Amino acid sequence: MTTKTTPLYESHLAANAKMVDFAGWLMPIHYGSQLKEHEIVRTDAGMFDVSHMCVLDIVGSEAKAFLRFLLANDVEKLSTEGKALYSGMLTPEGTVIDDLIVYLTHYGYRMVVNAGTADKDIAWMLKQAANFDVQLHVRRELAMIAIQGPNAIAKVCKVIHEDWEDAVNALNVFQGFPFGPVEDGWFIARTGYTGEDGLEIMLPSDEAAAFWQALLSVGIAPIGLGARDTLRLEAGMNLYGHDMDETISPLAAGMGWTIAWQPAERDFIGRAALEAERAAGVALKQVGLVLEGRGVLREGQIVAVAGVGQGVITSGTFSPTLKHSVAIARVPAATKDTDTVQVDLRGTLTDVRVVKMPFVRNGKKVFA
Amino acid sequence: MSHIPAELKYVNSHEWLRLEADGTVTIGITDHAQELLGDIVFVELPQVGDELAADATAGVVESVKAASDVYAPIAGEVVAVNEALVDAPELANTEPYGAAWFFRVKPADASVLDGLMTAEQYAKEIGV
Repeated sequence: MTTKTTPLYESHLAANAKMVDFAGWLMPIHYGSQLKEHEIVRTDAGMFDVSHMCVLDIVGSEAKAFLRFLLANDVEKLSTEGKALYSGMLTPEGTVIDDLIVYLTHYGYRMVVNAGTADKDIAWMLKQAANFDVQLHVRRELAMIAIQGPNAIAKVCKVIHEDWEDAVNALNVFQGFPFGPVEDGWFIARTGYTGEDGLEIMLPSDEAAAFWQALLSVGIAPIGLGARDTLRLEAGMNLYGHDMDETISPLAAGMGWTIAWQPAERDFIGRAALEAERAAGVALKQVGLVLEGRGVLREGQIVAVAGVGQGVITSGTFSPTLKHSVAIARVPAATKDTDTVQVDLRGTLTDVRVVKMPFVRNGKKVFA
Repeated sequence: MSHIPAELKYVNSHEWLRLEADGTVTIGITDHAQELLGDIVFVELPQVGDELAADATAGVVESVKAASDVYAPIAGEVVAVNEALVDAPELANTEPYGAAWFFRVKPADASVLDGLMTAEQYAKEIGV
């Protein structure tokens, strides 16, 4: 497989990025220091090239019916144009094919899916779409830049089309719209993956480098995938392929809140399996772990819960905001949110606290 | 591009060694090692008085990305450790050959240094 590059590849090299292969894409892991980049997003404004993620438009007379069947969350909740919904897309066995965001637009729906899963997602959606009057348009010609941090929106407003400024400032959290004619490709949403306020902007590939340069000129720092991972982990957000995948139920991955059980008559893919799982009693659940002492919790480490059983860390890191390690783990459902559990850290059994996530929101520690 | 001071000795587990005037040997990790690890957040050092065998685990360096053992490149008794590095592990990123030395040993046999890699050989080893 050849490695793909985004329209911002040259911009990354010009900013001294260290490039790595991520899901078949050559992407910046950092531009010098991951810790500094993390700090910038928590205190000011940083930008991420997320053009490797895949944008799809879903149109047709049965677009809504199709998505109500396809997704575990219910697009019926999108009561007004621009609203966004986070959802899992499940197998009939009730495991996670991908997690995604879908927006209600004036022409239908816009969806953003993960880079590493895009091909299988599209194949799955096309298969499911066969019985619906619906068309899927893969918008590979679009780039995407996420600008995140307490000063992100104010700084972006200095460089966007001045006629758009009021509308950008008026965006609600989890809302996004096309800006200008849809065919031009600009779409601005107040969404993100950091636990900070900010925007995700889709735009034509051939305008991406110039826009990136304009964002740089108003003091928005480029941020690599390394900091993206520590930011999302502090925010308690799942990463596909780590915290959940096609072997894991959303009920065991902290995604129970994304399943729309009502109305009971809505049939969606995976519903029957999830209902059976729930009736039998869900065996596993997701918790946050905190290690206030030395050492770093890592993915794959075993979590021992006294008198209950064993779990596993699905994502772990050093938290740059908290200055100690935090992790997301999948543990037996009987584990209490106040338990102390033990993790084998390089041969030493270490006490670790179970907490309710997230760890950090809007720059501040939020767990007890 | 990694910095590789000419006056030091090196081993392929990416530690550097410096023979001091008093016959002790100072040991740290190379610039190349810190580049591979990324931002370093914890360092564990041996204790003064530890008798280390050659290639024995002498400590741990942990970055945001990964944990990695630090080895004793030569046998000897630990005579000093850099406590300042434990308090400011990020020094290993910024001053790998200076303020971020890890520990110092009194070598069991100082002549083994002669058999270790020169800067030129280490540069070739890591492909720079």
